This record gives sequence, structure tokens and C-alpha cells, in this order.
Amino acid sequence: MTGATDDADEQWMQMNDTRWRGLGLTDPIKNIQDKWLLLPAFLKVKGLVKQHIDSFNYFVDVDIRNILKANNKVTSDVDPRFWLKYTDITVGFPDRTDPDAIDKSVTPHECRLRDTTYSAPIYVTIQYTRGKKIVKRPNVCIGRLPIMLRSNKCVLAGRSEAMLARMTECPLDPGGYFIVKGTEKVILVQEQLSKNRIIVEVDPVKQIVQASCTSSTHGGLKSKTYVVTKKGKIYLRHNSIAEDVPIAIALKALGIQSDKEILLLTAGTTEAYRSTFSQCLEEAAKLSIFTRHQALEFIGAKVKVNRKVVGPRRPAWEEALEALATIVLAHVTVKGVDLRPKAIFVGTMTRRVLMAMQDEKMVDDRDYVGNKRLELAGQLLALLFEDLFKTFNVTLKSGIDKVLKKPSRTTEFDAFNTMQFTGDLITSGFVRAISTGNWSLKRFKMDRAGVTHVLSRLSFISALGMMTRISSQFEKTRKVSGPRALQPSQWGMLCPSDTPEGEACGLVKNLALMTHITTDVDEEPIIRLAYLLGVEDISLATGTEIYSPGTFVVHVNGSIIGITRYATRFVYKFRKLRRAGKVNEFVGVYINHHQKTIHVASDGGRICRPMIIVENGKPRVTAEHIEMLKRGEVTFDWFLHEGLVEYLDVNEENDSHIALYESTIEPTTTHLEIEPFTILGAVAGLIPYPHHNQSPRNTYQCAMGKQAIGAIAYNQLNRIDTLLYLLVYPQQPMVKTKTIELVGYDKLPAGQNATVAVMSYSGYDIEDALILNRSSLDRGYGRCQVLRKYTTLIRRYPNGTFDRLADAPVENGQIHKKYDIIQPDGLAGVGERVDPGDVYINKQTPANSNDNSFTGQASAVSYKNSAMTYKSPIPGNIDKIMITDTDNDQTLIKVLIRQTRRPELGDKFSSRHGQKGVCGLIVNQEDMPFNDQGICPDTIMNPHGFPSRMTVGKMIELLAGKAGVLAGKLQYGTAFGGSKVEDMARILVENGFNYAGKDMLTSGITGEPHEAYTFFGPIYYQKLKHMVMDKMHARARGPRATLTRQPTEGRSREGGLRLGEMERDCLIGYGATQLLLERLMISSDKFEVNACEDCGLMGYNGWCTYCKSSKKMAQLTIPYAAKLLFQEMMAMNVVPRLILADAS
Amino acid sequence: MQSDIYNPRRHVGIHAEHISNVSSNDFPGHYPDEDNSWNLDLFRKKLQVKVNKLSQRSIQFDLVGVDASIANAFRRILIAEVPTIAIEHVYVWDNTSVIQDEVLAQRIGLVPLNVDPSYFEFKSASQEQATDRNTLVFRLDVTCTRKPKAAAARGAKKAEPEPEEIYNHSLVTSGDLTWEPQGEQNEVFASNPPRPTNENIVLAKLRPGQALSMELHAIKGVGKEHAKWSPVATATYRLLPLVILNPEKPVPPQHAEKFQKCFSPGVIDIDPVTKAVSVNEENLRNETMSREVLRHKELEGCVALRRVRDFFIFHIESEGPYAPENLLPESIKILKQKISTIRSAAEQLQVEIEGEPAVEGDVEMAEA
Repeated sequence: MTGATDDADEQWMQMNDTRWRGLGLTDPIKNIQDKWLLLPAFLKVKGLVKQHIDSFNYFVDVDIRNILKANNKVTSDVDPRFWLKYTDITVGFPDRTDPDAIDKSVTPHECRLRDTTYSAPIYVTIQYTRGKKIVKRPNVCIGRLPIMLRSNKCVLAGRSEAMLARMTECPLDPGGYFIVKGTEKVILVQEQLSKNRIIVEVDPVKQIVQASCTSSTHGGLKSKTYVVTKKGKIYLRHNSIAEDVPIAIALKALGIQSDKEILLLTAGTTEAYRSTFSQCLEEAAKLSIFTRHQALEFIGAKVKVNRKVVGPRRPAWEEALEALATIVLAHVTVKGVDLRPKAIFVGTMTRRVLMAMQDEKMVDDRDYVGNKRLELAGQLLALLFEDLFKTFNVTLKSGIDKVLKKPSRTTEFDAFNTMQFTGDLITSGFVRAISTGNWSLKRFKMDRAGVTHVLSRLSFISALGMMTRISSQFEKTRKVSGPRALQPSQWGMLCPSDTPEGEACGLVKNLALMTHITTDVDEEPIIRLAYLLGVEDISLATGTEIYSPGTFVVHVNGSIIGITRYATRFVYKFRKLRRAGKVNEFVGVYINHHQKTIHVASDGGRICRPMIIVENGKPRVTAEHIEMLKRGEVTFDWFLHEGLVEYLDVNEENDSHIALYESTIEPTTTHLEIEPFTILGAVAGLIPYPHHNQSPRNTYQCAMGKQAIGAIAYNQLNRIDTLLYLLVYPQQPMVKTKTIELVGYDKLPAGQNATVAVMSYSGYDIEDALILNRSSLDRGYGRCQVLRKYTTLIRRYPNGTFDRLADAPVENGQIHKKYDIIQPDGLAGVGERVDPGDVYINKQTPANSNDNSFTGQASAVSYKNSAMTYKSPIPGNIDKIMITDTDNDQTLIKVLIRQTRRPELGDKFSSRHGQKGVCGLIVNQEDMPFNDQGICPDTIMNPHGFPSRMTVGKMIELLAGKAGVLAGKLQYGTAFGGSKVEDMARILVENGFNYAGKDMLTSGITGEPHEAYTFFGPIYYQKLKHMVMDKMHARARGPRATLTRQPTEGRSREGGLRLGEMERDCLIGYGATQLLLERLMISSDKFEVNACEDCGLMGYNGWCTYCKSSKKMAQLTIPYAAKLLFQEMMAMNVVPRLILADAS
Repeated sequence: MQSDIYNPRRHVGIHAEHISNVSSNDFPGHYPDEDNSWNLDLFRKKLQVKVNKLSQRSIQFDLVGVDASIANAFRRILIAEVPTIAIEHVYVWDNTSVIQDEVLAQRIGLVPLNVDPSYFEFKSASQEQATDRNTLVFRLDVTCTRKPKAAAARGAKKAEPEPEEIYNHSLVTSGDLTWEPQGEQNEVFASNPPRPTNENIVLAKLRPGQALSMELHAIKGVGKEHAKWSPVATATYRLLPLVILNPEKPVPPQHAEKFQKCFSPGVIDIDPVTKAVSVNEENLRNETMSREVLRHKELEGCVALRRVRDFFIFHIESEGPYAPENLLPESIKILKQKISTIRSAAEQLQVEIEGEPAVEGDVEMAEA
């Protein structure tokens, strides 16, 4: 007995000694409670749309200065002594542009209402010569820049909730958009391939390997350089060189003359690469090109020259040298004519091609998120500003030249005056670009449409979802799956669920909750630091050293700066410095072991996210830190500053070992996730228990959550939007998620907690239709309001006349019914009911408004009615009327008309699990089944919705919701966590309910119990914006198109319902000729024509104009479209003749 | 009578995944060689109504010995057909609050009033003139103002004051509805002037400068038309639960407590010595039938769950003018009215077919 226990003890000891993933059996399970609290702390500092705001701030604070510096001088061709220099640039705060305004301050909401632009002046400090003096003028306004809301130039930045309320601004509004001419515009995040990096690809069909590199310098010049294989040989290809250049010749031209050196720089010492490369060397020899000069001559003959100035023709080698130095691989810095760095870069590209030729796996993945850069509002505005500023300077210069050209001037020339008259080029340029979304900058070879979008204010979530959206530059029509597929590297960076269905699927993405997008960081100090950390300068190295085993090449933002033999140590030290705050926290560094390179990245547009640092198997964030955070003593930035948390970009993330949970930390672990649910974005974060759902369902919900009607913003009743949907009684969901609390969806919800019975009822619930309880509707369930804006301008015309508002006309002492809501000011009274056909703005326009020759009294002209009448078939109420004036002093009237709608048959509803359905039947409460407590469902859902959809999350939501109702608190359905089913079942049982959530129901019709138990409880239901009232349409007779005389098309034009080609085919197949005739001609565009039996042409009134006779005229019925066709053909000199067989 | 509920013929079986014997079987032809035809004496003997709980606003009573269709008819009538008075027409003179006219009107409509509908006639068509016999007029005139010296009284207290502290009428409740007597209504309602049954229903929230002024017309209606005319918050019943222990297989003593926990508190007694379980007949009706006991393997076969098919535990919460105990009689009255309508129609039909009036009585009707 004792022996056995000893044995067991020993075994136990042994087991305990063994380390599993570095942990013993008895080691306590470590867990930092509430480490997710870092997430609200992060969002508090950064906000939900920090990427937009950071980018805009960077542009306004830093980039705009760089642009000014690059274009800071204006000279004159006429007077060489004249110059004008910009020394400083600042962007002011948004202000009012009205010249006579006393209070210059302006709020974004005023701009929304008044249809103006929320913009701030751009001030420059200029220095210029006036005569012989140098004059300095500060604060010269050169134009106005639309300001991003909540950026540091916005009046809303850093304001308290009370102050925001005073400005009628919603504290939950994330900002990050612009207000241009009263519309809210978002500049979507654009996804692009990273610049200045080598990408190696293989075309498996054509057996081509190519390394490409898109160079982009700050000047905005972009060019793409390729190193490609062609029949086993390697060539350099560039747009400005007409033909592919053999790589050996290219390298020779770049100053690597000896073949030995070329070989070393490309193939290195690896035998396999050497033999592959040998024929490239041979090719150069065959073409008998040995020296640099020969190589340059060879290339120079092929360089495409596009010079504007026609000067003396330069020798070919000079052209080649210039092309190689400035255009090919433009981002590699060239000092003087030392092209060695460029040669090394080309060598590296060649080597990558050789590697890929040997080993198929050594290629890069275009779709890898680490190879992507995101372009944000700031960058796009910077490009736009640079373009506009250059244009401004050109115009200014020509203006100055014009003045200086004049031989004698009375006053001394002051360039400032010319500047004042240069116009609002910059202002209008910005406004035009943002309001149309067309970024066509010839200077930068950029022509993009659809950059900006109107911010969707359908629901709070749709606006938020729009701010995190990323659009890809990829063509939507191409049938490739690669760019659309879910990339493993987008874990935690881009939401895996939130993407549209259909053509843009996978191309439009959304940011995850904790994603941050970097802005540019100056690389100069980083390069210096790299040298300090033991990197040897690349120009001192030869191929032997570069490619010797154990040597790592160091790249900074794609350009090669040096080599080191202690890669791990270098990276370790670099990271140490970054954690200590000596290097910017957004600089990424990682080792690529396949290519033996170290990459340091400080460029903007990289996607990164914060993570807890783990050292020696222990997370650096401890429970004490979290306690401090809870007490509010520290912020997220403190964690960053203390080196407890750091940002990792995708590439560095790939070089790290990240534990998902604390319990899974291993000795090699370097980082710990803050919370796993942050892989989802703001929209997918609303779904409770998404990890229990089939994944497409989550994607469907992401699309539908944006259509849900609910509360939009705290200022929703002060807004006047074109179309606004509001729910009368929105509720926060019973089953929340942490994301819901973080984004504020619990404060601006879009839906209601409906009591749902999952059962079949009446057969009007097939195909996902829902049954609604009439009494619930009486009490306000699903009730919503639709507010629509109607605008008009009270204009002043150039001839001095003006529009006017008039009181209702009195006819025989009575006011016509359609004018009954018009008040003496010519506008409908607020609160009045507007019936279809009613006039709500009784506007009148002068009869001669376009008569520019009119010179009489404006008050004496006659007026004609141009009243605004209400056209919707359902009456509404006047919600509010606003009278204001726009920027150009026109009186603007906005009328908001509200309809309150109660759900009806055919209205669309959806749960949060991609399960949509229309209302199929509305049932009286007494007919509804009820449970032992007497509770009737609000909604009955058919159980057939479950098996094929596999939305288990919905069932758990019901269970958790029911438990929450019984326990009197909200439950959580956070992804990868949330309230456990077991606990929920326990709460149910404790409250006397069945553990599975199934209640015994009694039929409300027979009064007998149901034979089956019914899954019964609350589920959060959203009312979607699609309502039958807006869609139902039928027509018997109605308007016809003028040209074809066929019925018009579409509901808005009261159009007919088309009997299309396929329907026609059915009728033909069935042989229903009379029906065909009726549908296609008689009920459509039948037309009586007279045709001549002799000539077959159409005449009229029984007279053939061709035969000049009325003898053989026959009358026949043809479609008007056919008659039109004949006449159009006749107009083209084709004569269609009607041959009439049995005319009687 | 007590033992009678253990008659298995009256039982609805409650099983883990389904319910059996939901329909009644006491009709002729169901059991061979048994008559079971409807019999007034038998019905009188079996019918039992017993009030268990009666409070200001709710009643709980047993209705035993009727068919589910009858019990359900009462329930349905209570919800949908017992008339009440509710506000239907709202004439808004002024509404500067944030809540929209339609929404406010809907909220006001749902306020239950204490008016006995028997004084009133239905106002059938909307064009019919409003009279003191079919319409009750209320006014809602509220203006929100600042409380003078409220700020001073508060002194330097907490930052954000409650609206009630500094404003008058920041909350508009149902108590603010004032009745305006019309015609002879003053005398009729002298003892019990019309007002909402609950004065604390929040209708709207106001801030200084906002005002409500509206005239409200209440008319008689039934719950079928709109839920606001329903006199009950809920009218429902459940069947009497039964827990029948299996004498063949007693509950193992070690599982006795677990067994007890599977039921609602007080339903199962445990003998402190023998650990034998027994059903507490008194508390049995509190059982919620969670079927928890059927989940456990070790308790399998120890117990059968049943419900009594014709034993209805009614629960009615009154939310209108009716005292809870008057609601059932009211529904019976309406049911009788409906029956008499049908009877007269049926008699007329019979006359049309046979040319002579029916003799009388229900039995003949059934044969016809």
C-alpha cells in the first residue's frame, strides 16, 4: 500500500518537475483581471476614428510645412531682382466668412444647417521685395481649408459634453469627416501596395519571375522599375526606357564595371545563382559592352526623352545617366553621380529574382497586409494642397509678371496686392475636390473618382461603419480571388466579418477596433541610430560581405543603408530603445530570415495595433497597473511610455510570438493580446456571441446593422437631413457586448428587445416571415419616424427682381383646401398636418426673372406661382422650418416633414444574426400563445430559420436575454467570452424556468396547451429601413414616355410593370398570342397608321404622300416604337416597306 | 374533490420533450360504453370557482370543471372585448416639447382612466357628434418654468442638479390631465370624478419655456380595436400542476435535497429523519413546471409531472375602471350577450328552414 503511494508520489513529483510550455503543474494560473480595460483606455486617448484625425492633424501640423518648404519661392521672369518667399504656414481655426459678422465663431452644426463649408483660413508669412526693400508680412490668407471635425483645428476638439451640447453637437459622434456645402463628406481610407519595397512575383503560366519596385519620393514622382526574366535571362525594365536592358549592362551603366563585381553583387557566392546568372553576363559580352560608357550609350539610345525645353541635343550617355540617376528607382538617394547605392539596390532586386527562380517559395504575397499601405485623408489632402499651391504660385507669378511687364508704374509694385487678387483658387479647389470626390491632379498623374462619400446617417452604426471603411484600388470587375480572400495577416488589424456582399466583397474592408494607422516619421534620425547600433554603411560593402552567411542587410523604409552581422542584437536593442521612448513608438523593426534582411519602417500608412509586452514569460502589465488604470491615475499613453504596451505593425507582428491568453504564454512568447474580441470591428462587435455563428451570418448582420432604424445622434432632432429614420422607442440590447459599450451603441441603439416565440404559427410565417402582435404595435413596438427635407431658395435675379412668399390666395372669401396650412408668412405652420397635394411653401417667382433687359421697378412685376406641394401619398406633419441665408446671400428655406409609421405587413425586421424577415401577419394579442406567466410574444419566428443558418448565437442570445430579464441585469455576449450558457441555464432554473429556455405555451385560439415546448425569450430585433410604404406600387393607366409612347418606368414616375423578354418567351412558348398582343401592343403603345399597299410606306389621313393617291391606303395598328423605328431608318436612307398581304 | 384531481383522465402529461393529452376527452363517443354527454347537474357539481387572492389591482382564482374553450373565451373577452374609456382624439393647441405630437398622443391614449364605461355609448362613426353621453373631455395644460431661488437654495452642492430641483413641471405625468365636465357629466360623476387610475405615468419631459396645451377626447372602445381599451394588463390562466411520486421507485435518500431543488420552493417536503420526500399539497400550485427533475438520470422514474386539464388558475390584473373581482362577471355578461345573439340568429335560421320556431333549450339546439 505504502509502496503504491510512494510510486504515485514519485510519479507526481516527476510530472510536476516537467515543464509544459515552461509551466509546472502546480504553478498558479496567471491572469490579469480586467486587462481588457486597456481597450477603453486606448479608445479614450485615440477615439474610434483616430486614424482619420491623426492623419489630418499630421497634415495640418507637419506636412503642410514640408509642402511649403518645397515650393517656397516665387520669382519673376521679367524682373530678376524680384522674389517672394514663403517662410511660414499655419492653419487657423474655423470662422465665419460673412464680412459683416461680429461674432466670427462658427459651429459645425451651423454649417450643416446653412449649407456652408466648415473651413479655416490658411495663413502664410511672406517675404518679398518691394522696390529695393525687403518686406515681411505675416498672416496672409491664401485660401480656406475644410476642417475635419474633432481634429485639433476643430472647435469641438477637447470639449466637454456640456460644451458640445451647447454647440448642438453629439458627444458620441466620432468626427473624422468634413462638412462641405452643408453635406458631411468622408474621405475613405484607400488601400495601396507599399511604396519603395521590392515585390517578387512569379507568373506560373509564362514562367516569368519579376521583381518590381514602385518608387515614390516626397516630390510626388512615381515610377515603377522591374527586374524580369525573359528566356532565362534577366533584364531591367522601366517605363522611360523603351526596351528591356540586360541586367549586366544596367549594372555596368550604374558603375559596376567588372563582371566579377556584378556577379558578387547579384548572385553572391551561391553556386546555383551563379550558374543561372552566367548567361546574363554572357549577353553583355555578346553585345560587346564592357565599359560603363558603352553601357550608358547602349541605354541612352533607348531612353524616351520628353523634354519641354528644346536645347542642344545631349549625347546618349548623358541621357542615360540622367534617366538612371533621377527616374529609375527614384527613391534611392543619389549623391552627385555616385550611383553605387542604386546599383546595390538593383543587385538586390536581381538576387531576389534569382532566389525566386531557384525556389518558388521565395516570392512575396501582394495580398499580405504587411505589403499594404493605407492612404488617409491627410495624405490625399496634402497631395491636393501641393497641387493647388503650385497652381496658386503659377497664377501669382503670371499676375506679378503682368504687372512688372508694364514699363512705367505710378506706385511702387507691391506683390501683396497681386496676391490678394489671385482669387480663391485654393478654397474652391478643396471644396470642389471634396464635394465631388474627384482627385484629378495632373501634376502627380493622379485621376481618381469616388474618393469621398456622403457620410451615411441612416443609423449611428452606419456612420461609424463608414469611418472605418477601407476601399481598395483594385478593379471590381476582375475575377480574381486573391485580393478578396481573407488574409491570415489581417488578424486583429482588419475585421474578418465586415465586408459587403457581391461585387465589392473582400475589396472593401473595415478596420478592427484597436487598429491604428501610422503617420510618417522622419527617417534621418533612425538611419543615424542604426549606424550607432553597429550597422556598417552599405557603400563600403561588396557583394561578398553583403551575401556572406550571417550577414543581414538593413533596410530603412525600403532603401538599403547597411549590413550587420548581429541581427538579433540589433533588433533587440532597437526595440529596447523604442520601448524606452527614444525612438518613435510607431517605428517598426523586424528580421526577414528568408531574405536575411532587417527592415526598419517609419513610413505612414502602416497598420498597427497595441499589444502587451511579455518578458521572461511574464506580461509586463500587472494587476497593479490595471488597478491604477481603474482608479484613473494613469492613461493608455502612460502604458506606452512605461514600455508595458507597444504598437506592432503587421510585419513586426509576424516576427513576434504573441499569446492569445495569459495562460498560453510560453518561454518564447514576446507579446500578449489585450483582448481577443478586438479582431472584430465596430460593426461586427455588435453581434452577441458571434463566435457561435456560421461566419457568413455575421457578415450579413454587418451589412444589415447599417440599415437598422434607431437613434442617430443626441442632436438628431436638431438636424435637417435629406432623409432621416428614427425609432420612437429605441432600447439598448439585453445582451450587450463590450464593443457596444465602447462605441456607445447602448446610448444610441437601433432596435428593441422583442419577446420572441420560436414556433410555427398560421403559415404566414414561411420563408422567414415574422408574425407580430397587434397590441405590441399599439403600445409602440417598431414604431418609427421618417423625416424628409424639402429645400427651396428665395432667389434674387440679376435683373433686380426676386422671389417672394405669399399668403394663401382667397377665392370667393374661401381659402382653397390645399392652402389651408399656409400661414400669412407664406409657409406652413409647424406641427400642421400636410396632406398629399398640400402647399407648404407658397413661393412665387417673377414672370420675367430671366429677362435681363428688364429695368423697371422690381416691386411692380407680375408673379407666377411656383409653390412647393407635398407629393408623398401618406400625410405627414411639419416638423420644423428653417429660414437662413447661404454663403452667397440667397435666402434658404428648409422644411422638414415627418411621418410616423407603425409597422405593417411587409415591413422588414432583422435580429442581430443576419436573420432578416418581413412581417407576414399581424395577430391580435388574444390570439397569441401565452406562457404560464401570461406573457405573449411580440414576434413569432419560424424555427425553420435555424437549421440551415446555424445561428447558434441567436439561441444563446435568447437564453442570456431571458436570464438577464429574470436576474434583473444585462448580460454580455462579447465575442470569445460573454456570459456562459451554463450560468444562464442556472439562472433560468433558479427562477423556475426550464434550463433550455423552452416554455410551455397555451394556444390563444383554442385555449389548450401546445403539445411541444417553445423556445421563448427576448431577442434584440432591428427594424430595417425597407418599408412597404416606400415600395408598394401598381398602375392601371398612367404617364407615358414622350418619345416611344410606352409607359414610363419606375415607381417614382408612376411607371408600368414591364413584361420583360423572359416573360415574353414564356408567352410565346405557351402560344398565348392574344395575350402577347395585348401586353406588348394594345396595353402599351398601340398606334394607328395608314400604309400604302402599293409603295408600302406610311401616309396619313388616308393619303399616301409618296404615291400621291388615296386609293390603296390601308389602316393598321402597330406599336408606336415600330413606327418610330421606320421613320428613324428613313432618316438614314433605309426604306422599310410594309408589305400588306390580306388588307381588305 | 381533492382526490378528484388525481383522476388520470383529467391529466395533461408533462414530459421532458413533449406534452401529451392536451385535448379534453369528456365528450360522447370518446370512451366506449360511456355516455359523457353534457349534463347540467353534473356540470353544476363539477364547476367550482374559488378566489385565492384578491388585491387592489389583481385577482387570482381557480376555475375548475370547464372546458379549455370556455376558460379561454373568458380570457379572450377580458383582453379584447370588455369596453373601457380611453383618450382617442387629441387636439394640440401647443406642443413645444421635444416629443412629437403623434407620439405624445399615442402615449396619452394608453393612459388608463377610471371611468365606468357603462355610462357611455359607443361613438360609432367618426362623423357622429360628440355628446356628453359618448365623450369625456380632458385638458392637458402644462408650462415648465424655473423655480425661483432654486439655484440659491441649492448653494454649492453637486455639479449637475436634478431637473425636478430647479424646474417646475419638468415631468408631465398622467396626474396633470384635468377633466372638463360636459353637459350632465358633472352630476353623474360627482362621486367619482374621471381621472387616470395611475397618476404617475410619465407622459413627457419639459424644460423651461416649453409648454403643452391640448384638448383630449376620451371615448368608449374595446381592446380588439386598440390595446389602450383593454381593461387588463394581463388576463391569463395556467393549469394546476401536479407532482405524482412513484411509489414503486422512491427518491433515493441521498438525492432527496437535489430532488427538492428541482421544484419550486415549498413544493417538496423532506422528512428530516428518513429523508423521504413528499409533495406538499398546499404549495403544489406554486410549482412552475420547470421540468428540471426530468433532466437527472438518478431521479428518472421517481416522479411523474402532470397538469389538470380543467383546473384553471386564473390571474387577472386590472388596469382600468373595473375592480378585479368584477372583471370575470363582466366577461360572462359579454359572453352571454354573444350567445343570445347567436341563439336568436340560429332561431331565425331555423324558422327560415323549417318554418316554425324552435321549442326551447340548449339540448334541442345541439340536436338541431
